[in-house]
Amino acid sequence: MNTLTPKRLTLYLLLAPAILWLLLLIILPHVGMGMISFRERIGPGEFAGSLKQYRTFFEEPLYWNTFVRTAVMSLIATIMALVMAFPVAWTIAKVAKGRLKALMLAATLLPFWASELVRTLGWLILLRGSGVIPQFLAFIGVTDQPVELLYHDATILVGLIYSSLLFMLVPLINALETLDDSLIEAAYDLGGNRLNILRKIIIPHAAPGIAAGSIMVFMLTLGNYLTPVVLGGKSSMWFTEQIYTQFITRFNWEQGAAFAFLLLGLSSVLVWLGLKITGQRFADAMRRT
Amino acid sequence: MQTSSNTAPIDLSVQEVSKHYTNFTAVNRLSLDVPKGSFFSILGPSGCGKTTLLRMIAGFITPDEGDIVIGGKSMRNVAPNRRPVNMVFQHLALFPMMSVGENVGYGLARRGLTKGEISKKADAMLERVGLPGIAGKRIDQLSGGQKQRVAIARSLVLEPTLLLLDEPLGALDLKLREHMKLELKQLQNEVGTTFVYITHDQSEALVMSDRVAVMNKGQFEQVGTPQELYYHPKTAFVAGFVGNSNRLEGVLTNAAEGKTASGLTLALTPTQPASSGATSMFIRPETIALSRQETEIASFANRLPCKVETLFFDGANSTVQVKEVATGTQLHVALPHTGQHSDLVPGETVFIGIRAEHVQAFQG
Repeated sequence: MNTLTPKRLTLYLLLAPAILWLLLLIILPHVGMGMISFRERIGPGEFAGSLKQYRTFFEEPLYWNTFVRTAVMSLIATIMALVMAFPVAWTIAKVAKGRLKALMLAATLLPFWASELVRTLGWLILLRGSGVIPQFLAFIGVTDQPVELLYHDATILVGLIYSSLLFMLVPLINALETLDDSLIEAAYDLGGNRLNILRKIIIPHAAPGIAAGSIMVFMLTLGNYLTPVVLGGKSSMWFTEQIYTQFITRFNWEQGAAFAFLLLGLSSVLVWLGLKITGQRFADAMRRT
Repeated sequence: MQTSSNTAPIDLSVQEVSKHYTNFTAVNRLSLDVPKGSFFSILGPSGCGKTTLLRMIAGFITPDEGDIVIGGKSMRNVAPNRRPVNMVFQHLALFPMMSVGENVGYGLARRGLTKGEISKKADAMLERVGLPGIAGKRIDQLSGGQKQRVAIARSLVLEPTLLLLDEPLGALDLKLREHMKLELKQLQNEVGTTFVYITHDQSEALVMSDRVAVMNKGQFEQVGTPQELYYHPKTAFVAGFVGNSNRLEGVLTNAAEGKTASGLTLALTPTQPASSGATSMFIRPETIALSRQETEIASFANRLPCKVETLFFDGANSTVQVKEVATGTQLHVALPHTGQHSDLVPGETVFIGIRAEHVQAFQG
């Protein structure tokens, strides 16, 4: 009875690229990675199943600290991106009209036409000791001599927020655009003030968009490699750097794979926790992205 | 109905208010007084400026000139959230992120009432609009009529001096709209709050209001009771906009007679003293007598033999379109509600009679 009607066949064919993509590029490498992470090299070309890699992570404070630091900084970056993107999204979605709106939207998208590497190197030009901003600060007398603005945690944060702001902005704009202006007017008419309307009307309405944007930014930040390395230098202590080191420098694939899985677990747990705390549903948030 | 207007204090006074936009004037030096406890409607076609006027009263738009006085206080520089006015929005604007009870309690919470007081007042108000015990429901669980009542309850619970209603029945289907019309009128009677209602639907305005202002191009054409507007319109616009009318363009031949463009001579009553010039003549379908015998209409000033063209059966609102034999002038005639003449057939000859006072002529 399992006949393949033309309609079903069309559906399968249309889904095939997506399924292949998922299977070959996401699931297969992860299964392989998972298997690698649970083994131990006991001799040249000889492996045995083991939890040693995971034990190393918990026993070695460096790894553990890097891990926590990455999570905390990503969280800060996400919150700051939200705070910074919200007024911009509001302006684009509700205040700007017609050509101005299109122009503003284009202005936010335009920097992303350049590669992330180029954009990050741009920050380098601005912030390094002999760069534009330190020179200028020294010139107008704020500092005695040009100061090195690179290689601070704040610098990493600036870069992370900059490179992920768009992913917060787009779901926020979408969410705010669907907010009926008359709801705000009605709340105002009933005696609400700005702060109260923001808290009771605007934020609850935009909540799925806020969740979607925050998940995107948090994931991108947590998994970012380039920005912390370029702007933070050797002291960046980013967890992806540890993974890179294990795979490329140390050639310890087993340890790298275990770290990768720990990062995946961490991000999943934090996203789940965030949704639970704010009472959002994953499906709602994903529809807004 | 109107008796209170002489003695009752004025709740809303709009004084010489104007609002100009780059290319047009939305509201032009308009004045208006609404006595306490009355149901006042502003009736006009879309684009006549009625929404602008309402939003100026609510405080969302600032007038360019003039002043708005509510409950004896000037509203100049008073923000919408500080005015003793609440508005029922066109699409109701209920908050979907809150329950029915939270919607009704929103305004009370802003006034700093305790949780207990809020829920007590909200429940009482919901009961008053006929929706007891639904405070816990979500907005999307309500029917159209229920949403309507929740929106009104949300505003009335704040006991405003003035309740503004911006065509709130527009989104409802016909049956429900008819029902809500009566309900709204009844509710207004019970609570005694002053209602200012804007609509483009003349039936809504006529049924519910104590007084109606007919608005056109940013100004009032006429303000009066529904009866005054219907039986004694002051301008051609009011005559054409309120109720159905046969409109015939022509010229006055003397003070009591006009000739339509098609050549039909009609005995008429001019509304302005004039004996010549272009004129618009209005005849309501229900004022025209229709008979198969010429003798039955002998007492009418205008007696016209006609041919039946089309029958429009619509229950109590049935009309017949007839064509005057000599000039071919087309007229709509209401059919008697008794069912008499329901057997008319197209092509049949009938006689219609119209009294001179039922042909209202306006200069124009």
